[in-house]
Amino acid sequence: MLNENQLMNKAFVNINKVSKSYGEVQALNDINFSVDESELFGLIGPDGAGKTTLIRILITMLLPSSGSASINGMDVVKDFKKLRHLIGYMPGTFSLYEDLTVAENLNFFATIFNTTVKNNYHLIKDIYQQIEPFKDRRAGNLSGGMKQKLALSCALIHKPEILFLDEPTTGIDAVSRVELWDMLKELKKQNLTIIVSTPYMDEAQLCDRVAFMQKGEVMEINTPQQIVEDFDTPLYAVKGNNFYNLLLDLRKMELTKTAFPFGDSIHLTTFEKYDSAILNDLIMKFTGQRTHTERINANIEDCFMEKMLRNEA
Amino acid sequence: MLFVMPFVQLILLGYAADFEVKNLNLHVIDNDQSQYSRGLISKFSASPYFNIVNYSFRDQDGMKDMKKGNADLILEIPSKFEKKLVNREASPIHLSIDAVNGVKAGLANAYSNMIIRDYNFELLEKSTGKVFLPPIGITTLDWFNPGMNYSTFMVPGILVLLVTMVGMFLSAMIVVREKEIGTIEQLNVTPIKKHQFIIGKLMPFLLIALLELTIGLIVAKLVFHIEFQGSILLVYAFSLVYLTAVLGIGLLISTISETQQQAMFISWFFFVIFILMSGLFTPIESMPAWAQKITWFNPIKYFIEFMRMVLLKGSPFKDVAHQFFIMAIYGLVINTLAVWNYRKVSE
Repeated sequence: MLNENQLMNKAFVNINKVSKSYGEVQALNDINFSVDESELFGLIGPDGAGKTTLIRILITMLLPSSGSASINGMDVVKDFKKLRHLIGYMPGTFSLYEDLTVAENLNFFATIFNTTVKNNYHLIKDIYQQIEPFKDRRAGNLSGGMKQKLALSCALIHKPEILFLDEPTTGIDAVSRVELWDMLKELKKQNLTIIVSTPYMDEAQLCDRVAFMQKGEVMEINTPQQIVEDFDTPLYAVKGNNFYNLLLDLRKMELTKTAFPFGDSIHLTTFEKYDSAILNDLIMKFTGQRTHTERINANIEDCFMEKMLRNEA
Repeated sequence: MLFVMPFVQLILLGYAADFEVKNLNLHVIDNDQSQYSRGLISKFSASPYFNIVNYSFRDQDGMKDMKKGNADLILEIPSKFEKKLVNREASPIHLSIDAVNGVKAGLANAYSNMIIRDYNFELLEKSTGKVFLPPIGITTLDWFNPGMNYSTFMVPGILVLLVTMVGMFLSAMIVVREKEIGTIEQLNVTPIKKHQFIIGKLMPFLLIALLELTIGLIVAKLVFHIEFQGSILLVYAFSLVYLTAVLGIGLLISTISETQQQAMFISWFFFVIFILMSGLFTPIESMPAWAQKITWFNPIKYFIEFMRMVLLKGSPFKDVAHQFFIMAIYGLVINTLAVWNYRKVSE
């Protein structure tokens, strides 16, 4: 049955009514979605949204309280033994042996999967080459970005069909973050299905599709482009000298829906559409300070911010 | 470090752990100052067990000495001691013993009773001219440990402790350590089998423990000059079975603990009970019945019994088969529990 389903919608990962509770706490509530083959799929959401729990269920490390999930037609509970051969997993915290060298770690994980580094070198070549000069260094002495590359190499060494990354960019510098996403894009070209979780909303733009999660539920699944296009609330960027007072005052105004600091300006959404100049006058009158207001297009963060608040209300 | 420390422990404890009580400090209050009383005192001073540290004429002085810890016991001889004895009257001697250390007090009591009784017979012989013999004479012959050498008795036991320590503590740390640094997270997703993981983890410690046993046996032979009576091969065979059980205990502890502190704490809890109820320091036979039943679950007890029997007495396999089978079953049960308790998937 599942195989027929797969042929119909080409879904590689199927998540069907998955719930998970720890005692009283509902970590996941009725999750349903599917991920296509060689898709770069993002799980976006704040801390505690249930991203890690969902990933742990998919990598067969955690049993769901109810519902079922399958990867390539194999059930994550019943067929876990088979699945472990085709899953690559990179946990949120560095989980390799710090007292082994780079090369030893790689060899170790290759051996566990009954393969050799030589056999699958082509898979990790691009990534591993960058840390190969340090292959005799202990993993514990690597920098954060290099650890990341090693962890990714180890997760790929057995030629997985699907790769899970749990918050790979948390605590990593900006350059390494960009590098990581570039690597993921390259891997996607090799027909690898990738599911990545992140609390950084700007990273959603780099995914093919994203599931926005909050409080154990999936609020929306869509392409980043579509999410931005669907944003229909009027949005303005307001700048002023006294930033903090401006923010407080804006929040007091009756026309304001939301006001959030965003870089050097405040992103303001309103209940009704205004001309920028007219809105600016209204703001100057109310706050008593010189401001500059212009209408802007929403970016993905504005969209998530709005969805989050709508959900909380 | 792993090898130097046990070596030092074995040498240190082998020489220091000695239950024979010598050098008991005696305070003498001689209120009689007679020939008889001096005779009794000289008996005490001639004994290797007593040191006379002080003489006085008042109870208070004696008590002061004991309170300060200078005297372990006070011998008080009443006035008219000689006179009463010559007149065939009873003249009790007063003996006060510091009983803070029960073992020491018991021995002090026994030694001094022996000396006083002997002296009593001596005086009777002198005054009556007849020879009095104690009703039954006891002659003891110390088998298997001629000369009652304490290190001969202790060293095999201490050896057991060292091997156990490596087995139990190090193995208790291993799985917990993987949990703490998170590597277990990465390993669990791999197709590695539970038993592969566990055997891979325990094997190095088994080898280290056996190496430690070897070093210990060499030290016992060369430093303590213990003659091994039984088969060394049998010792290794038993050690293998024993270590399987002990490593299993460590593993079980590490599967139920989340942090190394927890694992350490639980290990110590069991280790202390195991040592103190092993028969190494106090004989199991003198424990209350319920406590003796608890020792049935003490692997150290079986290993010490075994080591003493095989190394010192030269017992063949059939005499220690009992210990062998118990340890084998113990190992099987504990390891099954440990493997069963180690879950790759969480609920």
